[in-house]
Parts: sequence; structure tokens; C-alpha cells
Amino acid sequence: MTRSVTTPRSPLLALEKVEKIFGGLRAIGGVSFAVEPRQIFGLIGPNGAGKTTIFNVVTGVYQPDGGRVRFDGEDISGWPPAKVAARGIARTFQNIRLFRSMTVEQNVMVAGFRIHKAGLLSAVLRNQRYMDDEREFRRRAAELLDIFKLKELAAEPADSLPYGSQRRLEIARALMLSPKLLLLDEPAAGMNSQEAAELEKQIRFLRDELGLTVVLVEHNMSVVMAVCENIHVVDHGETIAEGPPALVKEHPKVLAAYLGEESEEQAVAEYEAVSRPFHDKPPEPDHD
Amino acid sequence: MSQFFQQVINGLSLGSIYALIALGYTMVYGILKLINFAHSEVFMVGAYTGFYAAGALGIEGLEQRGAAFPLYLALVVLLVAMSASALLGVLVERLAYRPVRSAPRLTPLITAIGVSLLLQNLGMLVFTPNPRRYPPIIKEVRFELGGVIVTNIKLTIFLVTLALMAGLWYLVQRTWTGRAMRAVSVNLDAAKLMGIDTNRTISATFAIGSALAAAGGILFGLDQITINPLMGTLTGLKAFVAAVLGGIGNIPGAVVGGLLIGLAEQLVAGYVSPDYRDAITFVILIVILILRPEGILGVVRQEKV
Amino acid sequence: MPGHPQLGTKDWLIRVVISSGVVAGIWGLGLGVQAGLIEYVQRIVLLCGINIILAVGLNLINGTTGQFSIGHAGFMAVGAYATAFVGVKLAPGVAAALGAGALADGVVFNVALLVGALLSGVAGLAVGVPSLRLKGDYLAIVTLGFGEIIRLVFNNTKALGSATGYFGDSPAGLPPYTSFFWVWLWVVIVVLIVRNITFSQSGRSLIAIREDEIAAEAMATPTTRLKVTAFTVSAATAGIAGGLFAHMQSGIRPEDFKFEKSIDMIVMIIIGGLGSISGAVIGGIFLAVTLELMRDLQEYRLVLYALLLVIIMIVRPEGLLGTRELSLSFFKRKAGAK
Repeated sequence: MTRSVTTPRSPLLALEKVEKIFGGLRAIGGVSFAVEPRQIFGLIGPNGAGKTTIFNVVTGVYQPDGGRVRFDGEDISGWPPAKVAARGIARTFQNIRLFRSMTVEQNVMVAGFRIHKAGLLSAVLRNQRYMDDEREFRRRAAELLDIFKLKELAAEPADSLPYGSQRRLEIARALMLSPKLLLLDEPAAGMNSQEAAELEKQIRFLRDELGLTVVLVEHNMSVVMAVCENIHVVDHGETIAEGPPALVKEHPKVLAAYLGEESEEQAVAEYEAVSRPFHDKPPEPDHD
Repeated sequence: MSQFFQQVINGLSLGSIYALIALGYTMVYGILKLINFAHSEVFMVGAYTGFYAAGALGIEGLEQRGAAFPLYLALVVLLVAMSASALLGVLVERLAYRPVRSAPRLTPLITAIGVSLLLQNLGMLVFTPNPRRYPPIIKEVRFELGGVIVTNIKLTIFLVTLALMAGLWYLVQRTWTGRAMRAVSVNLDAAKLMGIDTNRTISATFAIGSALAAAGGILFGLDQITINPLMGTLTGLKAFVAAVLGGIGNIPGAVVGGLLIGLAEQLVAGYVSPDYRDAITFVILIVILILRPEGILGVVRQEKV
Repeated sequence: MPGHPQLGTKDWLIRVVISSGVVAGIWGLGLGVQAGLIEYVQRIVLLCGINIILAVGLNLINGTTGQFSIGHAGFMAVGAYATAFVGVKLAPGVAAALGAGALADGVVFNVALLVGALLSGVAGLAVGVPSLRLKGDYLAIVTLGFGEIIRLVFNNTKALGSATGYFGDSPAGLPPYTSFFWVWLWVVIVVLIVRNITFSQSGRSLIAIREDEIAAEAMATPTTRLKVTAFTVSAATAGIAGGLFAHMQSGIRPEDFKFEKSIDMIVMIIIGGLGSISGAVIGGIFLAVTLELMRDLQEYRLVLYALLLVIIMIVRPEGLLGTRELSLSFFKRKAGAK
């Protein structure tokens, strides 16, 4: 896997006053933050705070209406998604976007397109270059599926997998891109506490063993507090706090955002609730 | 200059007919996100119903005696055709579209193409492929206005179209059915949760759109003199392009689109070559879809991720 | 899936031997068909082959990639006119060089077919680049529009006979180049090309685009480029089918390539199962045979045909095979399930 070549102090990902407006509604209103290389970074906030929109702006799904996104020393604001992905940012999706009818192995192999060498003509002729490509992709896919405990399911259609495995498959697929930065959008949604604990280990493994930088949007506070070194809190598209977990979870604005405008006693009383999972059930997928 | 105005008059009357048909496409698309290909055959059936209704009311005898067809009978013909097409439209929705309503988008699209082919071929069987001369429900009177020839038929086309559109506007904006239609077009599931009988509303939409197409069919017959079972194919396609041009799902857009397509067609026929009068519609279609797929009056929607 | 070994000279040699065997086999079968079947049935056998090319090619874009074209008759027309025209102009020169006969005919026909495929591919590229930014219904309608425009252009091109059609320079019409051998050789070539594309990294990416375009883009897939490529290949195959179709009769007319022809092609791939190559093959054969068998029903034929389409969509919209492929393991699995 590729390791970041940037010097430790310059951030790998930096958002500078990023704005996104949907027909008059400010979904993000000037959010700035920086993610250091090999950091596990949490992006949290109540439902509808703009977290996924931030991911979508970073990955090029949406064009920012203001501000810049810098990645690895380059301004990537407004790049198309495929270019951003090829540059080294991989992601997963809040409402799971696997290639449903394809097998688990094929799902992972799709992400190898960027580095495939055999063109259409090689494929048609089934020549040596094609054979080499296929062998290499199969080998790497097997490696990744092994890490995420999906090896036995390699030949199963993706949509036949249980929810937790589908989330893991999305991460495996994203890693096939050999990214520098991994954006995880609610990876623990729908997981039981055992699966969530396993996920925590896997996220640390990605950083410790593969040298990845991880940004995490998550509602499961125990996961966030356990793995993140730095947390950025947004509400209504604005930054309300940033800092290490211990600091952020005491922050009055954060408590207010999650609990609403209530008395401090209540906030303290319900403090325990903040550190417990917000969602036992996965959020409803969006309907278009 | 008088040639130009002649083309404009012809274009606007043709465009009115397209607009009447386009309304049905746009209303159905607005509610079901379905391109109702069968709509062009509903238009054809409307024209034929008018043809047979006028025959049953003895138009031939009157014609032989040189007497004009009374206006109240012309209205009867119009109403019979509109009712028959409305019924057909509702039946098509009930029998073919409703079973595939929740299937992936392509299934209803191909179903619609299938129904269109079915009605077309049934039309060839029942009505025979021979073109028919359309009975003069309204006797043509020509008069000249500053070098431009206008007929009472063209005027009738404007008037009928105007009246039907006013009626449609009232229905959509001022009645409960219209309110339900607008609600369903914004969000079918939410409308259902609010207690709207969505099936009934969809049926009503098909009925109204089909009735308008039937009126278009009769006006088309009067304007073009002959009809045949394949008359819907090209005319329907042009009307659909009109709906896309105006912004599909948008009722005023269908009217604007229809008039523009009619004008463009006549101007190309008059100034470029009659051979390319059909091609211009498709050129407009392609240009609008590539440059502004939401149409003139449509709004952009962003996909949720 | 077997492993992927090193390819040696031996493997290539085996491939050459197999290919030669297939060519010889088609040639032998052709002789048998010519000797054993009446002309009417021979015609159906040719139509089956042409339909397979149309269906397998269209399936690459409509089924595998999920980008719905309902205007492919236009590309078939480009291939048909180009093949016929090039063939007619080329024939005298080649006959003079090689001597009139089967060899010269074969050379002329296949060069003309390749030119036809190239030009329809170019037409596909020209249509695909602007259109494929659109999705779903909109894409379908734009392809319909382009298909009609292409037909209207032929309808108004005097050098190609306008609405009367193109019958070549001789009063006998176009030469009857289209034979069992050439049709089925091209069937094998086209099916093999499409199959090899489908089961490769590019093919996986095409399926990924069908399944979820946004996720495919997030996996660094150049979706636009791949869609345009698939569309171009698909248009080129339609062009080959058009060229084979043209030389089956004395001439071609613009009305041979109306919207209804595009619908026929869609019916083929839907019957077999969108996204399945073997399904497209079955659908192509099914349509050729059924439409011929129903010829006695005359005007009822098209009514039944349309009714069949509607009923399939309501009862079994995924077609015979869905996206699955017929293969040995498919039958084994079926047998094992029982």
C-alpha cells in the first residue's frame, strides 16, 4: 500500500471555508478543518448537520459553492469524482452502494480499473497482458477480502451478504484503489456492539499497518470516542467544536446540539446518553 | 412578409394540436415518471372515434344535400371522442401500467412501447390501413387578411385549444382532483400517506390527458383532412418532444413547447425544405436534452447520494 | 474460474487450430444447409444469425452497461448503406485484380462490412459523446431522435436513392453476397468480441456502471469513456448486421430501419434476459423464427407480437435468463438443485 510522502506537519486533507448551497439552503456554510497524515479523524454532528455533504464535496460528487479543498498539496476543489478517487481518496457510502448483482470478489476488482494495463484489445485477444492483469487483481482482491474476513464469501452476490459484511466489503473495495485517504460514512451503522468493536480494530489496522489516513462520519459515539484522535463537530452546516475526544464530548455547544436547548442539569443527566450509541438501527436509506 | 405570417398562422394552429397532446404526456410523466408511448395511439383512436361518431350522426347525408353539420352535433362528436379516449387511457393504465408501476424504470417504458405497438396494430386491423378522408364536421370557410389566408378551421383550433386549456387550468388549480394530482406529482408516497387515493388520481390524470389528446385528434383530422392508424406515431413523438422542450412534468411548459415545435416545423418547411420538417423536431429534441435537459420551464433536480 | 497461466506459443497454436476448426465447421455446415434446406428455411437461418449479432451487440450497451438505446436501427442503417455502397463501388476493381468469383466477392464483401462497421462505429461515437451524459428515459429518447434523424438523412440523400432506397448500380440490384458462411462467421466473431469485453476488467466496470454509477465513479472508473466505448462497439456491431442484411436482398430502403426495427432489437434482448449474452442469442433466434412462423397469421401477427411484449413485461420482465449466462456450470447447478 502507498504511504504518504508529505512531511508530517503539512495536512493531507484541508478544507478551507467550504460552502455548499442547495437552492437557497446553506447545507455547509464555510467549514474549515485539516486532517494530518496517518490520523484517524472524526466528523460528527446531529442528523442533517451536513457531514455527508462535506464528504460529497471532498469526493467531487458535489461542486463546492465556495472555499477550497486541498489534498496532498494540490487544490482538488471541483474535480470530478473519478479523478479525485484516482488521486488517492477512497470512500464508503452512508446507504451502502455496492454493485449488488456482482460477486463479492468482482466488487473489489472493479476498483482496480485505475491500475489495469490490459486495454480493450488485450481483453478481446485474451493475451498475456490480460492474463497478468486478471491474476494480479484476483490476488489483491483475495488479500483484501482476507483482511476483512470475507474470503469465504468471495463468490457470493454482494446483495446476499448480511448488513455488517456489506459495510466491510465497501471498505475492502475502497482499499483496492490503494488510497492515501479513506472516508468512511457511518461504517458502524447497523452493526451490533461486537461487530462495532471488530470495526474499531480494523480501522486502527488500516492506519497502523497500511499507513492510511481515515476520516470517519459516525453516529455510534463509542466507536468515535474509541478510535478518533481528533474530532470535528458540525451542526446546521457550521463548525461548533473541534478537538480531541475528551474535550469535545464535554463541550457545551456539542451537548446542546445533540440534546437541544435544555437546562444544564438535564444535559449533565443525559451526558451518559451522548457517549452511548445514538442509533441501534441503521438510518433509513434515502429515497430518490 | 405575408408568407412568413402564413407560416406562423399554420405553425401556431399545428402547434396548438401538439400542445393538446403534449399535455397528456407531461401530466403522466409528472405523476408516474413514465413516457406514455401509448398516448399517441390514444390520440389516433380519438380521431377515429370522431370519424365514426360523425358518420353515425349522418354527416354524409347532410354533406350530399349540401347542408352544414350543425354545431351542437360537432360538439357531440367532440364529447364522444373525448370520452372514448379517456376510457381507453384509463384502461391502458389499469391493465398494463399499474402491474409494472413499482418495477425498475425500464419495465414500464418498454411496456408503454408495447402497448403503443399493440394499439397501432389493432388500429390497422379494426380501422384498416387505408387513409380516410376526415368528415367536414366544420365546413371550411376561407378568408384573407392582408395576404394571409386564414380559415375558420384554424380559428376553431385556436378557440377549442384555448377553451380546453382554460378548463384544464381550472381543474388543476381549483379542484380537489387537481390538488390531488399536484400532490401526487410531488411525492406519490407522501400523498398516499395524506389520505389521497393515488390510484384514483392517476386514473383521473390518464382520463384527462387522453380526453385532451382526442380533441387534438379531431382537430388534427379537420386540419390535415386525412387520418390513418399510424397518424399517432410521428405526431405523438413531436408532441412528446414539445413536452420535453417545455420541461416535462410542467403544464404551461407543454403549451409553450407545443407552439414552438409547430412554429419551427412550419418555418423549416417553408424556408428550408419540406423534406426536413420532421427532422427539425428531432434536432430540437437533441439540442434541448443536451443543453438543458430540464426544458425551458423545468427545474433542475440534483441526485441524492 | 480457472487460474490464469502463462500463455506460451503452444496456447496460441491451440487457439489457431480451434479457430480453423470453427471456420471449417461453419463452412461445412453451410454446405449442408445449402443442400438440405429449402430456400425459405435458409433465409430464416440467415436472419437468425443477423438477429444474434444485433441482439448481442445491443445487449452490451442496454443490458451490460444499463444505458438504454432505443435508436439502434439508425446504426444498422449506416452499416447497411455503407456496406452496400462501398461494395458496389469496390466490386469492379477487385474483380479486375483477382478475377471475378467467390474470392473477389468475399474480399469485397468483408472489406465493405468492415467499412460499414467503422462508419457505424463513428456514428455511434458521434451520437454517444453528447447523449451518454443523459440517463434513463432521456437517453432513450435522444437515441430515438438520433435514429430517426439518421433515417431521415438517408431518406433525403439522392446519391443513395432517397426514399426509394439504394439498389446499387446494376438493374439486378445489390449482389447476393450474404451467405450462411459469412453470416455465421461474423456471428462467432461478434459474440466472441462482446463476450471477451464483458468478462474483462472493462466489462466488470460496465456492469458496475449499470449497478451504481456513483459508486463506480468513486472507484476511479472513467464512466463516460467506458459508456461511450461500449456504445461505439455496440453501434459497430449493428453496422455489421446491417451490412449482412443489405446483401440479403436486392436493395435497402430507409423504411427498413424505422423505429420498429429498434423495438425488434429490444424485444430480442428482453426475451432472453437483459445483460445476458446467451439470452441475447436465444432472443435473436426466437424473434427470427416466431416472426416467420407467424407470417401466415398476416395482420394478426403484429398484434400478437405486441401483446406478447406487453405480457412478458408484466409477467416476467427479467426475461428468460435474467442477467445469468447459459454455461455448463449453469446446467450443473440446475441439476444439483433438483
